[in-house]
Amino acid sequence: MIELDGVSKSYGKKAAVSNLSFVVQPGRVTGFLGPNGSGKSTTMRLILNLDAPDRGNVVVNGKRYRDHRAPLHQIGALLDASSFHTGRSARDHLLAMAQTHGLGRERVEAMIELVGLGEVARKRAGTFSLGMRQRLGIASALLADPRVVMLDEPINGLDPEGILWVRNLLKGLAAEGRTVFVSSHLMSEMALTADHLIVIGKGELIADVGVQELVNGASSSAVRVRSPYAARLGEVVARPEVRIRTLGDDLIEVHGLAAEEIGDAALISGIVLHELAPRQASLEDAFMELTGESIEYRAGDGDPVAATRGVAA
Amino acid sequence: MEALKLPLGVEPVTQRRVVRSEWTKLISLRSTRWALAATLLLAIGIGVLACIVFESRWAHLSVHDKADFHPLSVSLAGINFAQLSLGVLGVLAITGEYSTGMIRSTMAAVPRRVPVLWGKAIVFGATALAISLPATFVVFFVGQAILSGEGINVAISHPGVLRALIGAPLFLTAMGLFGLALGAILRSTAGGIAALAGIVFVLPPIVGLLPTSVANSIDPYLPSNAGGAIWTINPDPGTLAPWAGFGIFCAYVVVAMAIAETLLVRRDA
Repeated sequence: MIELDGVSKSYGKKAAVSNLSFVVQPGRVTGFLGPNGSGKSTTMRLILNLDAPDRGNVVVNGKRYRDHRAPLHQIGALLDASSFHTGRSARDHLLAMAQTHGLGRERVEAMIELVGLGEVARKRAGTFSLGMRQRLGIASALLADPRVVMLDEPINGLDPEGILWVRNLLKGLAAEGRTVFVSSHLMSEMALTADHLIVIGKGELIADVGVQELVNGASSSAVRVRSPYAARLGEVVARPEVRIRTLGDDLIEVHGLAAEEIGDAALISGIVLHELAPRQASLEDAFMELTGESIEYRAGDGDPVAATRGVAA
Repeated sequence: MEALKLPLGVEPVTQRRVVRSEWTKLISLRSTRWALAATLLLAIGIGVLACIVFESRWAHLSVHDKADFHPLSVSLAGINFAQLSLGVLGVLAITGEYSTGMIRSTMAAVPRRVPVLWGKAIVFGATALAISLPATFVVFFVGQAILSGEGINVAISHPGVLRALIGAPLFLTAMGLFGLALGAILRSTAGGIAALAGIVFVLPPIVGLLPTSVANSIDPYLPSNAGGAIWTINPDPGTLAPWAGFGIFCAYVVVAMAIAETLLVRRDA
């Protein structure tokens, strides 16, 4: 379990994280989502005591990280795909890490096997591709059987097979009762992997919700209604909090009402329906809606949503 | 997932375990192994070469050259090189972690941090001593055997010689630790090497520019001069007594390490 309570951190005059509070629970995969520059990596550095917060407390399994006697057994972390010496072999890197916690070569070999680096374990890590670096970082994180696994963008640079492998690994670790905290800027990936989401923007907490809850709650969830009397139905369900878009003569999109409520209203008013289709916002839509205000770096003067999707505005 | 279920003997982090880890780190880098081997070879090679030159040219040397000649310092000529190479290796022992990103893994494994600095000091200090002590004795005996061809050698029983032969490796070890401390303070390879070279090679000539009376009172206390006293046998006037000088050099190293330790704990990694 990771607990942050009112944590703030500035680098110079720039606030990286402001009054951040959240709890990461064991037994499920918690996605840590936010646009680039939103403070995800800073938060993880604070959790590991690599940086000290200006205010607030960070507690890992009941203590500050550095107060644990065997810290790597509390958190295994992948912070950056190159947290190793480029001149050292993968095997020697893992051995040096293992020895700080009284672990030996047997454990190192098991981790090399687990992440599939057996054939290159004696090569200098500086020659590794990004995908191999990620695997080495994951091996390093799992070395001391950690109660919390914390990974920063672990699927960057992995091939589809590697992504699937990480996804299953994370779910398996959570199923064993471990706390799994994994950051990403890819909503689609989190939709497949995470059970719970913590969303930050500009260093502030935006949401701390279950994945399903976030999707359901997004206001861009809409219901498409096809009816010969679509315009009349629109008048019937009209209320201040309901938004209606006319998509065609017989087609409207209703925002702010559930499909059941629209169907009930149609029956009461005697309006025939040809289609009643809830269109769930994708996690990406929900995420954009949440973070639209807090995107730090946007491309040119384009629309922020398009910019973060990498679409030329 | 099977591998994760292996029985595990995770133990608390201790200074002893950090020392083992630091030893693995030191010897697993090809660059350190080469640099240590080169230090050993050059410390011996330069001294042997200097002895061969003096022995073969002795008959043709001027009275002035002969007056300046001392068989011990000629055979130990390579120590001047070794102080730079071990100092630079000391710098790299820590700055190499900052430049590559290794430092994040190191501090995640040992978040109290201080054991890492001590672990590096113990491992690097022991390695530097283990290399420079035999090198010094080998180059002395080989060098004196060469010089004996002209009868210009000195015996190990000669006053001060044994002290210098033990002192030179101690000096080199302290210089390596000085480099380690400078590297830990500056966290940059270029900065650490520049600071080390500046203190050892640039500071003395700058002090030399001061008025003689001022220079003479500062000069003996400069780190390299104070430390050098331990392996000098016929010192310039004004040089500190051997062990007093070495003591002052060690004090510089201790102060630098204390600053490094404080900064290591206080600064963000």
